[in-house]
Amino acid sequence: MRLKLLPIGALLATSVGLVLLFNAMQGCRPSTAQTVVTGDAASKVYVKPGSHDEFYNMVSGGFSGQLAIYGLPSGRLFREVPVFSQDPESGYGYSEETKGMLMTTSGFIPWDDSHHPELSQTDGVPDGKWCFINGNNTPRIALVDLGTFRTTSIIEIPNSAGNHSSPFTTGNSEYVVAGTRFSVPMGDEAHRDVPISTYKENFKGTVSFIHPDPESGKMSIAFQIVTPGVNFDLSHAGKGPSEGWFFFSCYNTEQAYSLLEVNASQRDKDFIMAVNWKMAEQLVKEGKGKRAPGRHYSNWWNESTHSSESTIVEDVLQLDPKEHPGLLYFMPCPKSPHGCDVDPTGKYIVGSGKLAALVPVFSFEKMQKAIAANDLEGDYAGLPVLKYESVLHGEVKKPGLGPLHTEFDANGNAYTSFFVSSEIVKWNVERLEVLDRVPTYYSIGHLCVPGGDSKKPWGKYVIAYNKITKDRYLPTGPELTQSAQLYSIDGDKMELLLDFPTTGEPHYAQAIPAELVTPREVKFFRIDENEHPYVAKGEKETKVERDGKQVHVWMTSIRSHFAPDNIEGVRMGDEVYFHVTNLEQDWDVPHGFAIKGAANAELLIMPGETQTLKWVPDRVGVWPMYCTDFCSALHQEMQGYIRVSPAGSNVPLSGTVVSNLEN
Amino acid sequence: MILVLGACGGPSEPSGPPGTSGTPPDAAAGGSAKGLVTAADLNLGGIDQDMAEKGKTTYDVKCQACHSLGENRVVGPGWKGITQRREPAWIMNMILNIDVMLTDDPEAQKLLEQCLVRMPNQNLSNDEARQVLEYMRTL
Repeated sequence: MRLKLLPIGALLATSVGLVLLFNAMQGCRPSTAQTVVTGDAASKVYVKPGSHDEFYNMVSGGFSGQLAIYGLPSGRLFREVPVFSQDPESGYGYSEETKGMLMTTSGFIPWDDSHHPELSQTDGVPDGKWCFINGNNTPRIALVDLGTFRTTSIIEIPNSAGNHSSPFTTGNSEYVVAGTRFSVPMGDEAHRDVPISTYKENFKGTVSFIHPDPESGKMSIAFQIVTPGVNFDLSHAGKGPSEGWFFFSCYNTEQAYSLLEVNASQRDKDFIMAVNWKMAEQLVKEGKGKRAPGRHYSNWWNESTHSSESTIVEDVLQLDPKEHPGLLYFMPCPKSPHGCDVDPTGKYIVGSGKLAALVPVFSFEKMQKAIAANDLEGDYAGLPVLKYESVLHGEVKKPGLGPLHTEFDANGNAYTSFFVSSEIVKWNVERLEVLDRVPTYYSIGHLCVPGGDSKKPWGKYVIAYNKITKDRYLPTGPELTQSAQLYSIDGDKMELLLDFPTTGEPHYAQAIPAELVTPREVKFFRIDENEHPYVAKGEKETKVERDGKQVHVWMTSIRSHFAPDNIEGVRMGDEVYFHVTNLEQDWDVPHGFAIKGAANAELLIMPGETQTLKWVPDRVGVWPMYCTDFCSALHQEMQGYIRVSPAGSNVPLSGTVVSNLEN
Repeated sequence: MILVLGACGGPSEPSGPPGTSGTPPDAAAGGSAKGLVTAADLNLGGIDQDMAEKGKTTYDVKCQACHSLGENRVVGPGWKGITQRREPAWIMNMILNIDVMLTDDPEAQKLLEQCLVRMPNQNLSNDEARQVLEYMRTL
């Protein structure tokens, strides 16, 4: 097929919202212009004031490093959950307790590039307990607890560079995976300091299997499988008949290390790598794994102490597939596969070659037969490559240009995003027949069907996550918003219902019925269970103490005052730690705490919680502090003063609340 | 008045989790549907010192920031003699069912007009509230 880029300017929007598609994609599209918004679309996304959305939509923030939470079908944004980036609004990554969440072997890393949210599963179905998300740049996986919508666990992935192929889950969240995008030299220093041109000999890939503790969510690396040097892109676990296997797309099997745009697009086929993780698990049990260097941080949020806990692990358990025949197979897949998606039955694996003019669908059953018959095409770096024709269920012919990702409904249909031709194509998995196509505005990357990568899709909608919006929204300077688009998939034809702008750059997303999440909501933290070392359980326990140059303030907040709210005796050169306990015991009554000149951020303290802000005064004087979260009619009265005297001053240290009223 | 409700008490239209519409959000937040306490529910005899002691412990953590033990108001009313001024069942309901009270009870509404801060729902259990009441009776 002739590659023809869709000119974005070739799309016109009329003032009434009807969008006509220019016939820019002859051969790939229906020849008639398409009306994409019908008259009753608004009623299908209207969630009346005071009513709730049917679904939560967890959307990656991309270069924001965060996870955004929207409602569907309204597209309303509820919250941006801070994950890999500091968030001055909540104090995440600024408060003394939360800093540890962002610790890595490269030190404190306040940002990352978050790509793929993945909900935890039970029996192959999202269960509403956790949402995992990968950090691409400084390889990490985070776990967001959907009871609190907070990041409660972050693990660093050693021997990885560019944690892209991650964090997809097995059917009971026994593991989430982390496949390295960049292969790199690993081992001790001498093995790491090698010429880049020795890629073939010295560079290796890894796929890591991360185990979240079912109770605490604390993550650890169960094992790593060492692979030939390639780039891993995406992955998905098998399910049903393919349960126990994991599939990874890999590109750059050319093993290029420069100008990959050209040099990694040479081969006709790259691979889907199939890993028998049940076998790997067994090998590990039998003690077949080898400890290898792999220093990494594991950070965990302790909800009793309201503080992070970091542990440093020095090594990882590695498996070399060459020593364990049957552990790993390559299936040839055309042209730099990106998406690697397993249908709800678990019978089929869809590889989406970014540069291919077709979408290959692999059959797990045929793969098993080919393995049994040793039906090999050859080997790749000593590992078995199955014959393409032997493992292929079939190809979707001429589906569109630039296939990226596929999600599924419960009726045997697949929905594939096409970046180059800016469209979603619906096709039947069994019959490989294209059923429908709709344009997206513009340049769709990922897409999402509620439950669409699980055993039991809820269906109803497909959401497109677009890289470019061009003329769709009011402009905001040189950078325009990215967007999501909601389509109904209830009928035979997909129907565009709604556009909504997104934060950061959306990559993958997941959606889940709200009723599976809302019963878990934590409304407040019980003050009697607060084990923070600096908690003040009531104003009676508030105090100010000096420890050398450190001044610790045990402070409480309740509507609408702090105690103490007058502090004296702080001297220049001191570091002041405000440990603020929110005494409220009701839902949605956070108090904020801000002090003039704080070089970090504010605190936003949830009911029953204690959080700490460090403040270093830079001048003598009386400094104001106040509550930033409108808490009551007397919120504007919620304030205090701290007096800073010169170094060596003899003003006694004190913290008081002065009542004008006689008790 | 509308400003006060809107500012401190959350939306006046209920927006609790599905299935609880018609229930004030904070009552839903409590996790259990607490019926209003009536005088018949309270068995007030001589003061139980042990209960009062426990009530004091709860007071220190959850109540003291706003209520003095004297007669004067800090944020809310002082507690000295409070059980002479208010019906025990009314006090229990102010602790356990504040949202219902602020919606329906004229006395509670009058108090809000004076204090301007909605009495927080501190999520006391029935037993804890009863212990606090016992403590109040000693004041």
